[in-house]
Order: sequence, then structure tokens, then C-alpha cells
Amino acid sequence: MAQSNNSIKKILTVAFALCIVCSVIVSTAAVGLRAKQELNQELDRKSNILDVAGLYEPGIDVEKAFEQVTPRVVDLRTGEYTDQFDPASYSGFQAAKDPAQSRTLSGEKDIAGLSRQEDYSTVYLVGNPDNPEQVILPIRGQGLWGLMRGYLAVKGDGNTIQGITFYSHSETPGLGGEVDNPRWKAKWDGKEIFASKDSVEPAIALVKGGASDATEVDALSGASLTSKGVTNLLQFWLSPEGFGEYLARFRNGVTSDAVQEASTDTEGA
Amino acid sequence: MSAPTPKGVLVTPIFKNNPIALQILGICSALAVTSSMSVSLVMTLAVMFVTALSSFFVSLIRHHIPSSIRIIVQMTIIASLVIVVDQLLKAYAYDMSKQLSVFVGLIITNCIVMGRAEGFAMTNSPGLSFLDGIGNGMGYGFILMTVSFFRELLGSGSVFGFTVLQTVQNGGWYVPNGLLLLPPSAFFIIGLLIWAMRAINPEQVEETEFKMKENTQPKEAV
Repeated sequence: MAQSNNSIKKILTVAFALCIVCSVIVSTAAVGLRAKQELNQELDRKSNILDVAGLYEPGIDVEKAFEQVTPRVVDLRTGEYTDQFDPASYSGFQAAKDPAQSRTLSGEKDIAGLSRQEDYSTVYLVGNPDNPEQVILPIRGQGLWGLMRGYLAVKGDGNTIQGITFYSHSETPGLGGEVDNPRWKAKWDGKEIFASKDSVEPAIALVKGGASDATEVDALSGASLTSKGVTNLLQFWLSPEGFGEYLARFRNGVTSDAVQEASTDTEGA
Repeated sequence: MSAPTPKGVLVTPIFKNNPIALQILGICSALAVTSSMSVSLVMTLAVMFVTALSSFFVSLIRHHIPSSIRIIVQMTIIASLVIVVDQLLKAYAYDMSKQLSVFVGLIITNCIVMGRAEGFAMTNSPGLSFLDGIGNGMGYGFILMTVSFFRELLGSGSVFGFTVLQTVQNGGWYVPNGLLLLPPSAFFIIGLLIWAMRAINPEQVEETEFKMKENTQPKEAV
């Protein structure tokens, strides 16, 4: 029997039959479960967004809670909304890899370690889209070990922070990994991005030894490089390179003459 | 060696012939996934499922597997099962699959699965091979759960995610031991476990294969 098993014909037959059977099983599993997996990913993304906005509690109906959130695509260069892309499917993270929809960042400007940045990004508006209570911005940047991806929720004034979350990172558990500790994240509530009303460069930073004013947040203990990474990515995404132009709309909404100024600035740039 | 019995193949791999502690197989995944108990439990179930079913299918077609391509045939079966498990986890336990990330895929390279398929299923009946897979999965799980118990309790102050020791970060008193959250700590715990198991069952201690010579004297070298 062992002899006949090792004939070339038998070897080919067994290999071929096995491949057919296994590929049918694998593709059935992959195709049959795809819808459910995509739903899971979508739910996960939505619950992260709700979480950063302070609207998430375990066990809530994520789809229902997400009804008060409107996704919009923003042109980062001008800060204007665009209808060029479908906000539900557009991914800035993917677009950053496409040379036609992104730009390279040169050394000095690239403080968040991204090397490429997309031209358009998706923002999530909580409440009335024309006058939102909160704006949720996708942020990302290098930590100590790898890319950290998260969301930052900013209140309707375009300056006060509601919350921050990192849904994907590879920082050291117990040290830098504390970026997703709820107690540390709670410290962000009410912090301010800009030091004064006219400054365009964000002041928000993590500091060692206790935060002393509204633009400072306690750094993570034992994780200087992760803290530096968080500071850098916020400084980058909130500067005019990132969401600065977009946030200016909300910041200037307070005084009408500032709107005028800002719009001339934008045209000049 | 006596013929394997259903009870024997199910129970011996847990203490007497543990795949990790005695055969020292499947160490890499034991290091990687044991920082939390719930993740270890899912990993154990996944490995048990894959080992049992791959042994079963390999045993089922063992008379038709040409010996020249038998390793490839076994790998194909194992890999297909692992992909199915990965897809199932992504669909029904998404949070878990996010935490296990690449390690589900790496079950393919887990030596225990391959070892049982080649070492047991090729020469035994499908039913017995299935039970042998379950038994070895339990042996793997026993070590995983023990290691993760210590790592989670001392590293994060919790058991299955429930806080037992309130940590300083969360306003308690317990200063967690960061080392236990890192993979090397699993090495130490597995080492201690192997020591303990061999102290209880001295027959597990391997015979010395060679004896080191006493230190050479300087004059011998000349």
C-alpha cells in the first residue's frame, strides 16, 4: 500500500483533492462571514468615536447613538467641507498612501513622523451639523514603538478639548500603553488647544511634574517618548498643517470680525 | 508502550506528558498571549479546536497520504483550520481577535498541532486522534491559564479582567509589576512550573545526555 501511495499519480491526486477541499472550506468561511466582520469593524470604529465624545457606555445601541453624529470630509488645506468623497467610505489613512490625494511631509514639518499626509480628512460632527456641539478629528503619529491612531474630540468653540482616545497603538503595556487608561484620558476634559485667541500654533502639550495651566496635560509616568509622541502628533494635527484651518472656522465663529480676517488669510495662503 | 486508550490520550497530556512543560513545544505563543487570562482562554480554545480537528482529518485520510508529501498535507489541513478559526473570531469575538491579532494566524506554526498530527494522528484512528488533540489542547491550556493567572494578577492586579488588587494608577495601593506584562516573565513562570512538575514527578526528569568535564587546569592546555 505504501508503494502505491507514493506513485506520482497518487501524489498528484491527493494534493489536488486536498487543495480543492481546503480552498472550498476557507473561501466559504471567508465569504460567509465577511458581512458580519465588516459590521464588527464598523461598530468598533463608531464606538471609538462615541467613546471620545463621551457618549459611549457599555451596552448601548451603538447604531442608534451614532445617529447624532454626522461624518463630513474636510479639505485640510482650506478648512472647507467637500462633497467630493462619500464620508461613510472615505478613509484619510488610505488616501495618505495615494500620491494624487496626499503630499509628502519634509523633515522639519513632519514632527508626528507620518512622512505622508492626506489632503482630505473625515471629521465627525456631534449634534447639529451647522453648529456642532463637538467636532471629532482623527489623529495619528509615531509613539515609541509604532504608529498610534486615535480621535480627538474638540468642543464647538474649536479650542476646548472634550476627550482623546487611541484605538490602535503598540506602546509598552503598563507604561506608554497607559495612553488608553480611562483615568489618564479623563484629564483631557476641558483642556485648551491654543494659548490665546489669535495664535495659530497649538500650545497643548504633555508636561512632566504636573500640569499648571489649561494647555498642559500630565505626561504619562515612565513613558517620556510616548508622551513626546502624543504631544508631537497633537501639535501637528492641530497646526495649520493639519486641522488648524478647519478649527479656525469654529474659533472665529465667536467674534464676527475674526471670521473676516481668517477668510482673507486663507485666500492669501 | 501500551496501546493508547481514550481516557489515557485525554488525560496524560495535562500533567504527565504536558506539551509545554515536558515536550517544550509551543513556547512562543505561550509567551505572547498570556498577559491576560481571557485572551489566554480564547487562545486555548482555538488551539484545542485546531489540534483536535487537524488530528481528526489527518487520521481520517492517513492511509491515503503519500509519505513524501505528508508534512505539506498536514500543514494544508492545519492552515485551513486556522484560517477558519481566525475568520470565526473576527465575526463573533471581534474584541478578542483584535487582542490576539497575529497570534491566531501563528497557530499554524505551533509545534504542538504539527507534532500531534505527525506523531499521533498518522498512526491512530480518527476518534482517538480527535481526543488526543483535545487532551493536548487542554495540556497547553493548563499551562497558559496558570501562567496568565500570575501575569495578570501581579501585572495588572486583576483576574479575568475583574480587579482584585486595586492598582496605583486607578487610585488603589498595589504597585503593579511591569515585568510580568512583558513576555520574558512568561519564561520565568514556565521555568518555575517545569521545575515544580518535575519535582512532583521525578520520572519526567530527563537523563543527562553528557557530563561536563571539570574545569581544566592551565597546565592541561599547554
